[in-house]
Amino acid sequence: MEFFRRTPNFDFMGKRRIAYVISAILMIGSFVLLGTRGLNFGIDFTGGVVVEVSYPGAANVDRARQALDEAGFAEAQVQAFGSSRDLAVRVMPGPNEDVNEVSRRVAAALGEVDPGVQVRRTEVVGPQVGEDLTEQGGLAILFTFIGILIYVGVRFEKKMAAGTVLAALHDPIVILGFFSATQLTFDLSVLAAVLAVIGYSINDTVVVFDRVREVFREMRKVTPTQVLNTALNQTLSRTVMTSFSVLFVVVSLYAFAGESLQGFSIAIIVGVVVGTYSSIFVAGSLALDMGVKAQDLLTVKKDDPELDALP
Amino acid sequence: MYKIPTWRYWLVAVTMVIGLLLALPNVFGEDPAIQLARDDRAPIDEAGLGRVRGILESKQVVPASAYIEEGRVVLRFAHVDEQIKARDIIQAEAPGDYVVALTDVPRTPGVLRWLGLKPMALGLDLRGGVHFMYQVDVQGAVDQAIERMAQDIRAQLRDARIPYSQVVKEGGTVKVTLRPGADARAARDKIQANDPGITISQSETANSEPATVLTVAYTPERLKQRQDFAIEQNITTLRNRVNELGVSEPIVARQGTDRIVVQLPGVSDPNQAVRVLGATATVEFRLVDENNNPYEAESTRRVPIGSKLYHDQDGRPLLLKRDIIATGEQLTDATSGFSEGAPEVNVTLDARGGQEMLKATRDNVGRRMAVVYIETKHLAEGEQCKGTRSGATCVEERVISAATIQSVLSSRFRITGLQSAEAHDLALLLRSGALAAPQTIVEQRSIGPSLGQDNINRGMMALAIGAVLTFIFLAVYYRAFGMVANLVLVMNVVLLVALMSLLQASLSLPGIAGVVLTIGMAADANVLIYERIREELRNGNSPQAAISAGFDKAFSAIADSNVTTLIAGIALFAFGTGPIKGFAVTLVLGIGTSLFTAVVCSRVLIDLIWGRRRLATLPV
Repeated sequence: MEFFRRTPNFDFMGKRRIAYVISAILMIGSFVLLGTRGLNFGIDFTGGVVVEVSYPGAANVDRARQALDEAGFAEAQVQAFGSSRDLAVRVMPGPNEDVNEVSRRVAAALGEVDPGVQVRRTEVVGPQVGEDLTEQGGLAILFTFIGILIYVGVRFEKKMAAGTVLAALHDPIVILGFFSATQLTFDLSVLAAVLAVIGYSINDTVVVFDRVREVFREMRKVTPTQVLNTALNQTLSRTVMTSFSVLFVVVSLYAFAGESLQGFSIAIIVGVVVGTYSSIFVAGSLALDMGVKAQDLLTVKKDDPELDALP
Repeated sequence: MYKIPTWRYWLVAVTMVIGLLLALPNVFGEDPAIQLARDDRAPIDEAGLGRVRGILESKQVVPASAYIEEGRVVLRFAHVDEQIKARDIIQAEAPGDYVVALTDVPRTPGVLRWLGLKPMALGLDLRGGVHFMYQVDVQGAVDQAIERMAQDIRAQLRDARIPYSQVVKEGGTVKVTLRPGADARAARDKIQANDPGITISQSETANSEPATVLTVAYTPERLKQRQDFAIEQNITTLRNRVNELGVSEPIVARQGTDRIVVQLPGVSDPNQAVRVLGATATVEFRLVDENNNPYEAESTRRVPIGSKLYHDQDGRPLLLKRDIIATGEQLTDATSGFSEGAPEVNVTLDARGGQEMLKATRDNVGRRMAVVYIETKHLAEGEQCKGTRSGATCVEERVISAATIQSVLSSRFRITGLQSAEAHDLALLLRSGALAAPQTIVEQRSIGPSLGQDNINRGMMALAIGAVLTFIFLAVYYRAFGMVANLVLVMNVVLLVALMSLLQASLSLPGIAGVVLTIGMAADANVLIYERIREELRNGNSPQAAISAGFDKAFSAIADSNVTTLIAGIALFAFGTGPIKGFAVTLVLGIGTSLFTAVVCSRVLIDLIWGRRRLATLPV
């Protein structure tokens, strides 16, 4: 089976204005959402208490909420978690409250109304730990970007490197925008997913640009636009194939791996879709509009001969 | 016709055999088991194992297998009810002899166990258990030490009759204001003699009557040592408690500068665990009552007034005076070291403790002084109290040292006549009996055992379905070559599992997600190669040349594209904690295995199948 019997011949670069408009809308939308609604950070980052309970029969959210209300947790968030029998309760203790005491009281309050309730999981994160995890998360993102910047900078010509990195910035911002719009909980696993997506999306772009470099060398008499189009078309079926195979596994993670990995799976699903789009439409377009030329690639020989000499 | 070198065949064959062997222990599953450790933590030998077997067999409970692992007896059972029965029998027949832990152990056959092969370690989110992070108030401990230093300096200056107007703690230093005319030189010498780990700087006040001010501070090394002691002290008390709880494979470890992580697999009630872990320890220095016969006191059960009956480390009775010379609150330091080749423990008391010690030892040279270690703790359910019990609180006292007083002692003295390991343990216990730095729980996560099992089941389900979808997709899209790709993906998972088992890195739920993601991403390398081969065929190359060129030309893209994911994985590993670190580990290892399998293994397979034939077309 093949998606394209012959190498396709789409004019991706010709459509790049449309791509810019779409990307601009996505970016501005994401920034506006992040600025106004913000992210619904999980307790990993904010500190707080989450208690997950399981009922012998169907869980009654309203009754649980009422029980918590009476126990003095008016601000508690109660939501169904996974199956109809499970509930997750999230509480933000005041600055002077003992967080461990709070988790005990939440479990006790729920147990009073429904004696059959079983605590499946409790998580208590103190505010300073939340701050530390936030800081470490930020450092991880920073480290990833610096590392990738260096790598792409060494491996590719300036303009292409810039295109790659800008496209790579584009994807996590859209994911953050998506999490802001849906107000899904943004926790540590989602952060891990965002980093994995950054890696994945650059990987996609790198494969295209590897081909661009090759095509520039083989076809001397054509315009950069044609070169980019050729490279994109030649790698198109690979790009689609790979996106599909990753989507298959991530969708199965989303569907079967349980509630606690759903944020992670959604982040990767969104990331793969946007990443595929950005490596086809954004990275190349940016490099082109920054004026990438055959000379850039031929005079500056950035290839590592040792790498290419390997089998 | 092209050929690849023979050594590559061997490389793949050997790697796969080793990989399969390492991954093998994971397929046997787990059985309920109990783990026995001797109460005094001495390792159990074959005879001990025989005794345990004997006890069980007399009650017609026969374990499926019984062996010794790291000095503990492991008894494996086919059913949970047998496991519970065996625990009850042992607790009833040999009360207090063993710490019994309920656990699950892998059903690994003896041969593999003998080879040292183990299945992957499961993280808390898959096994169930509790995780705590304590924050130790290190600054509080340092402040205490400085406050004590100020007290000591006052006492020393008084002793040396050096007049001072003020000794106060100011920030991280002690400011000593001497009276005009006082001998600053002598004061400095006196203070310095007390502790080599301090620095003293001197200045003059600008008052009408100039006075000398000495600023005393800890050296950075000493400060760090103080902080380390504070943490270590709390870790020791926690570890003692955890060991007594009978939890199998607990973790008590320092994290960063001032935090302690405790992980207790299989424990389900975090609140009870918190109470039980919250033990406090102290020490007491007391004189040995040498005027009465301890053996007599033990046999007649009549202890002289003013004394109390104890047993020393070897179980011999010992009468101690009830008067306390000094307690852990006065203990500022205890370190083990060597002097003239013999191990010793150097003990430092604060000024008050030193004076008391002086008073007590002046008339008692030649007699013995004992150190009693006192632990106050909350009992876990079913836990025995070996001391005095009131409600759920248990106070246990034991003698950790009884040594002859060689000379009059003051605030610094040595305990000698020890083995090297003994000295180390004694110093550790003494330190843990010193006034502890307060600690608070700043993070707590608990996962019920049923949730852990659910997580495993769901993770495996997602893995299986994701893999099958990918396999079908690749087989349909690339036909026979797709089947090779599928075989390569299976090899990839085998190698990944083998590496995880070898490294004993703990597998978390995000870790399973990492494995699943690896399958999806590893397909990419195969796709890159096959697409290249197709292109080469379209360009009119012969099948053999297309295979060769496909692999060669795809390599640079494969290498390039994996580096970026690797960078993200390393960042996650460096900055992530807990389950997220588990994800980073599988992601990074997965990149390694998928590179190897896609580039080396798949080439060998393709060469094996199609390399030796003259072909008109390729089933790609």
